[in-house]
Amino acid sequence: MNEKNFQEKIEKEQKIEPKDWMPDGYRNHLIRQMSQHAHSEVIGMQPEGNWITRAPSLRAKMILLAKVQDEAGHGLYLYSACETLGISREELVQQLHDEKAKYSSIFNYPTLTWADMGAIGWLVDGAAIVNQVSLQRTSYGPYSRAMIKICKEESFHQRQGYEIMAEMAKGTAEQKAMAQDALNRFWWPSIMMFGPQDSESPRSGNAMKWKIKRQTNDELRQNFIDKTVGQAEVIGLTIPDPDLKWNEERGHYDFGEMDWDEFWNVVNGNGPCNQQRLDHHKKAHEDGAWVRKAAREYAKKNTIN
Amino acid sequence: MDNLFIYILRIADCSLILGQRMSEWCSKGPTLEEDIALSNIGLDLFGQANGFYEYASKIDGNKSADELAFKRNEREFFNYQISEQKNGHFGTTMVRNFLRDAFKYLFYNELSKSKDETLAALASKSIKEVKYHLRHSSNWIIRLGDGTNESNEKVQKSLDFLWQFTGEFFEMDEIDNKMLQEGIGVDNKKLKNEWNKIIIDTLNKGKLNKPEDGYMASGSKKGIHTEHLGFLLAEMQYLPRAYPDAKW
Repeated sequence: MNEKNFQEKIEKEQKIEPKDWMPDGYRNHLIRQMSQHAHSEVIGMQPEGNWITRAPSLRAKMILLAKVQDEAGHGLYLYSACETLGISREELVQQLHDEKAKYSSIFNYPTLTWADMGAIGWLVDGAAIVNQVSLQRTSYGPYSRAMIKICKEESFHQRQGYEIMAEMAKGTAEQKAMAQDALNRFWWPSIMMFGPQDSESPRSGNAMKWKIKRQTNDELRQNFIDKTVGQAEVIGLTIPDPDLKWNEERGHYDFGEMDWDEFWNVVNGNGPCNQQRLDHHKKAHEDGAWVRKAAREYAKKNTIN
Repeated sequence: MDNLFIYILRIADCSLILGQRMSEWCSKGPTLEEDIALSNIGLDLFGQANGFYEYASKIDGNKSADELAFKRNEREFFNYQISEQKNGHFGTTMVRNFLRDAFKYLFYNELSKSKDETLAALASKSIKEVKYHLRHSSNWIIRLGDGTNESNEKVQKSLDFLWQFTGEFFEMDEIDNKMLQEGIGVDNKKLKNEWNKIIIDTLNKGKLNKPEDGYMASGSKKGIHTEHLGFLLAEMQYLPRAYPDAKW
């Protein structure tokens, strides 16, 4: 009966709220997906944080710092949304440290030049938006609302990233080369952010039925590619895919084969920065332990007004 | 060089250099909430620096705000040495900021009465932010001081070390005196009593001991710094210096 009511609600596009009955599978799927999303926001602070102290102008510095701060905010928001499912932030962070929970593999690539700040904003945030716009209609209320709030900020980030790329693409020859190089390095990892092809994606079935996920990996990927090709053309950069061409019949761009060996390699922990990102997070957490402990002790004794 | 120009640079440099230190915290905070707070303080400081540099740039007429930030060398920076001190652990950062925030709060309060309208406006804007920074750092001093034995010891040690950098706050050189005479600048010496009160009150609440005034570092008004500043600038200025023709 519960299950039937639940599914009827989903079919009627009513949101599931924290106190509503839900199948264990639904709850577990959400915890996995939302915590992965939260961890991605938080781990995603690192590749960009890497350039805050080296940003080339006061304006660039403020924009980047504000952006990374937004990501921390998104992480916080998503952890809170996830906590409505009956799991604590401490447990979620512990799962990350124990490598039981994952985060988006895109953040395991190094940021080597300033142009990477442009490429990440433009492509990585661009891909994230495509995914998150779709998730605004997800069936779980707190997740849906988090996505609506987060999407607003992400679209700023994407414009800011694109602006960096555009500025560099029309700059000196060195700058343009830097921008093209960043696009070359981030293009394939960005389109792989949507996950395995639908034929290979193990969890899509229930997620679609429960309307946690509203569009498949391949649909979202295609949507992103279709949007992005023109943007690259406008600023005179070349997407590093010789097979990329408009298909009149499909009304979409065709694109080349992704390197799935590399994808699974990075997912399974062998990306260029997997170890570094996790170590960084653990170290910050451990370094802060005495601070959190002191704050707890103080709170027991007093209240600050 | 113009006295007012130098006077403004000193203020701007303090904000920029401490802002740079705060931005180093990003993704390293003890909690996610605190990470956000530290970035926020960094953003305020960069915003303040930008405002004061813009004004300095107008007076100078040759260098843009960015050039002032990214194209000067160690000996041309006038920030108080406390601003460039390394973050250390979270407690050290909070002590450094607390000592400095308490001073800046009083300083901007006075500067907001300056005859120079632009400086007064910049100070008024800054004071709202510094008031929050001071509340933030004071609360942490109290929490950490009165938290665990370990946290108390750590913070006391940071305090004992950083105390030597507080003497600079109250120094007045020729430029400061001229600015004061013209009704533009602040009499820093006069701020010491108030500053002491804030410090003592907060340290008491945090069960921490105020260090004795001993050796005091000095020299930033003449561009004398600790060795830390050079590395901070090397990192911060690298791109504009490596690609002098590029716009970003």
